[in-house]
Amino acid sequence: MPGFDVTKTAALVFFAAIAEVSIFPGLHLLGGHPNVLLLTLVSIALLRGSIYGAAAGFGAGLVVDTANLETLGLSSLLLTLAGYWIGRYGETTGRDRTHAPFLSVAVVTAVYAVGALALRFLLGEPAPARAVLLDTLFPNIFLNLLLTWPVYTLSRRLLPFQIPERTREVHLLGQ
Amino acid sequence: MPRSRSARVAVLGSVQRRATSSTPSRTNPAVRRRIVATALVLTSLLLLTVYFRESSSGSLHGVQNAGASVLKPFEAAAERIARPFRDTAGWFGDVLGAKSENAKLRKQLDEERRKAIQAAVNARENEQLRRLLAFVDSARFPAGYRYVATRIISRAPSEFEQQVGIAAGASSGILNHDPVVTEDGLVGQVTKVADNVAQVTLLTDETSAVSGLDYRTHADGIVQHGVSGDSLELDRVTKDQVVEKGDVVVTAGWRSKRFASIYPRGIPICKATSVSQVDTNLYKQVQCEPFVNFSSLEVVAVLVPKGR
Repeated sequence: MPGFDVTKTAALVFFAAIAEVSIFPGLHLLGGHPNVLLLTLVSIALLRGSIYGAAAGFGAGLVVDTANLETLGLSSLLLTLAGYWIGRYGETTGRDRTHAPFLSVAVVTAVYAVGALALRFLLGEPAPARAVLLDTLFPNIFLNLLLTWPVYTLSRRLLPFQIPERTREVHLLGQ
Repeated sequence: MPRSRSARVAVLGSVQRRATSSTPSRTNPAVRRRIVATALVLTSLLLLTVYFRESSSGSLHGVQNAGASVLKPFEAAAERIARPFRDTAGWFGDVLGAKSENAKLRKQLDEERRKAIQAAVNARENEQLRRLLAFVDSARFPAGYRYVATRIISRAPSEFEQQVGIAAGASSGILNHDPVVTEDGLVGQVTKVADNVAQVTLLTDETSAVSGLDYRTHADGIVQHGVSGDSLELDRVTKDQVVEKGDVVVTAGWRSKRFASIYPRGIPICKATSVSQVDTNLYKQVQCEPFVNFSSLEVVAVLVPKGR
């Protein structure tokens, strides 16, 4: 990992996390609010792969949990898994696919909501299933999809696309 | 060596697995990836477990508090930068919300206004019915009659017809020429009857005429429509009879061997407002003001003879 690339990724994640905890919670549109942190994480994971995705998710989760004084590790766990999964998708099936960011955002928004709900329920914290799954999930997916392209484009400008190294199982002659 | 075999060897025979180094994370991306992901997930779980199990004064809580203090300036700065944009978005949201709320409140206001009007109408009708009930229970109510209380449901479309429709008819025992009264006095008589509705011709109609009697002096005459729409006139009062301004005129209720007045005796009709006489006229000119306000009639009672 080039050092400058790591710094840019860390800065992007940090500012996205700060924006997520300080700006967007008060912004209610169409019954939901966009999750810019998740969008940034999707972009990073698709542009840089699963290791970057997992690390960025872990760091973003720590910032969010710390800033919100929530259970430390909860968001980290979810975002780590989300970043890793999206990264793997980008390295394999979603490679060079135009729809990959949109599909990733739609799926990960839903999975993140369900995962957060389940973890909170397991921890005995308030888990309003109706509010999360019925009232706000679809508006959130819609808003996230609306913002996917701008966030992805911005992230791609900051982190130019690099084809992750393919896993080589066969070495051809002459190479 | 067959040709095909040489080709096979050329491709497959030379397959070489890359030498596995002593540090897999450096050479094998898949392994490195799994190690990183597993480590991060385990760290998250560890944080989660420790944080959840320790008290609020625990070390991890302390680290979190310190971290929150560090992040606070960034959050404040972000919030300050975003505030104008958020306020603008909020303003548009408020305008849209205010519009929809305005429409909702207008609808609610219309509904409340309708209810208030209905309540006022009900209250007024209730008051009128109470007064009518007090009248029919009093000694002023003519003996030998029962009453059918009913509402006015229609009014004459023009000034030339002084008639109203009532919401009771033959099914309630009402017949033609039955007197109609309110607690204030005589209204008129029934002139057409259907099963559930009837038409009442008011005293102010040109065709109406009632035998009237000065309650104080017993001077008698015929009450007919007056010069203006709602006024009456006591006609056929001979000059030898005494009628003074302010005298109350009631129904005469006469009865002969063959005929009888359709109105029972003693129902107030009007109050004399002016009395005059001229040499060229055989009768006095007595103008009177009806006790009933014909323009605001809402509830009336039809007097039905008890023997019917």
